[in-house]
Amino acid sequence: MDRIKFLGDVKIRPTLIQLLNLGMIICSALMIWKGLMCITGCESPVVVVLTGSMEPGFKRGDILFLHMNKEPIRAGEIVVYNVDGRDIPIVHRVIKAHERRDTGEIDILTKGDNNQVDDITLYSGGQLWLNRHHIIGRAIGYLPYVGYLTIIMTEMPIVKYLLIGVLALLVITSEE
Amino acid sequence: MHSAVQRANTVATIAAILLATICAAASFLDAFNSPSLQAHVQVVKINRFRRQLDGNDEVKMTLKMSMDLTSLFTWNTKQVFVFLAAEYETDTNSLNQVSLWDHIVQEKERASFQVKVPTKYPLIDQGTNLRGKKVGLVLHWHIMPISGRMIQGKMPLSNFSLPDSYTTRS
Repeated sequence: MDRIKFLGDVKIRPTLIQLLNLGMIICSALMIWKGLMCITGCESPVVVVLTGSMEPGFKRGDILFLHMNKEPIRAGEIVVYNVDGRDIPIVHRVIKAHERRDTGEIDILTKGDNNQVDDITLYSGGQLWLNRHHIIGRAIGYLPYVGYLTIIMTEMPIVKYLLIGVLALLVITSEE
Repeated sequence: MHSAVQRANTVATIAAILLATICAAASFLDAFNSPSLQAHVQVVKINRFRRQLDGNDEVKMTLKMSMDLTSLFTWNTKQVFVFLAAEYETDTNSLNQVSLWDHIVQEKERASFQVKVPTKYPLIDQGTNLRGKKVGLVLHWHIMPISGRMIQGKMPLSNFSLPDSYTTRS
């Protein structure tokens, strides 16, 4: 009985330190992510390509670096946009742009490089054009394959839980 | 002395750092490439110029284009997306850019070519401003790398004027 109580006392402080370490790692990661959001001006500065609609340029699993600034949106740019009412952002190219003289507002039409038709059927309801407020960011850089892990984790959640479980186990059981 | 996990961790970290450095270097070197490309475009024929049912002008034409894009390619280039845009202004719009034709070039050997094609996408105005309008044809390109920063560029080619009246009865 005495020994069990003794063991219980000794274990608390190292465990708390381990938890604090874990907390620090998570906070650092969050800080980096939020910092990136500020620098690039986008809500999600990095996106994973989910569909093959921009092949052969972007394949499923590639990641794109986004940037958003006050520069006007022009034809040929690859933009990431959200349609009203849909969650998943779409990465396509601007093929038509009409900029209003009076308001400076811009109407754009997008199309995936690998698609036969433009995106008009993707816009919600009777919407004919996208405007600036629909655009989350412009793609400025690209890395192949790196995002495939995210796709696997989304489509097979068991991998995500396994990975988190293993990481948590490693952090808790590792000695400083 | 060092556990397997520690060794795997070190190898993975060094590999990641090396890969990131190589990607950054490849992208950095791309900036030094100063392309000198040549291109020529000519409107062969206006196939259709009418007013659509919803009230907007629509033009379809046949274009004859020749271009040499080989100087855009570096060893870090995966493909070059090239498109021809019709650019013009109207009373309501300070800028209209409409892509008429696009093409993906994946190999340097196939970067110099000539085509005579009908426009892939019709030139549709927001309104009925196209009669007699002077339209500029601008060649745009978008260099997509194997990894790193994407580079865009453009080159104005020729201008042409649309006919003063519709050629097809709508």
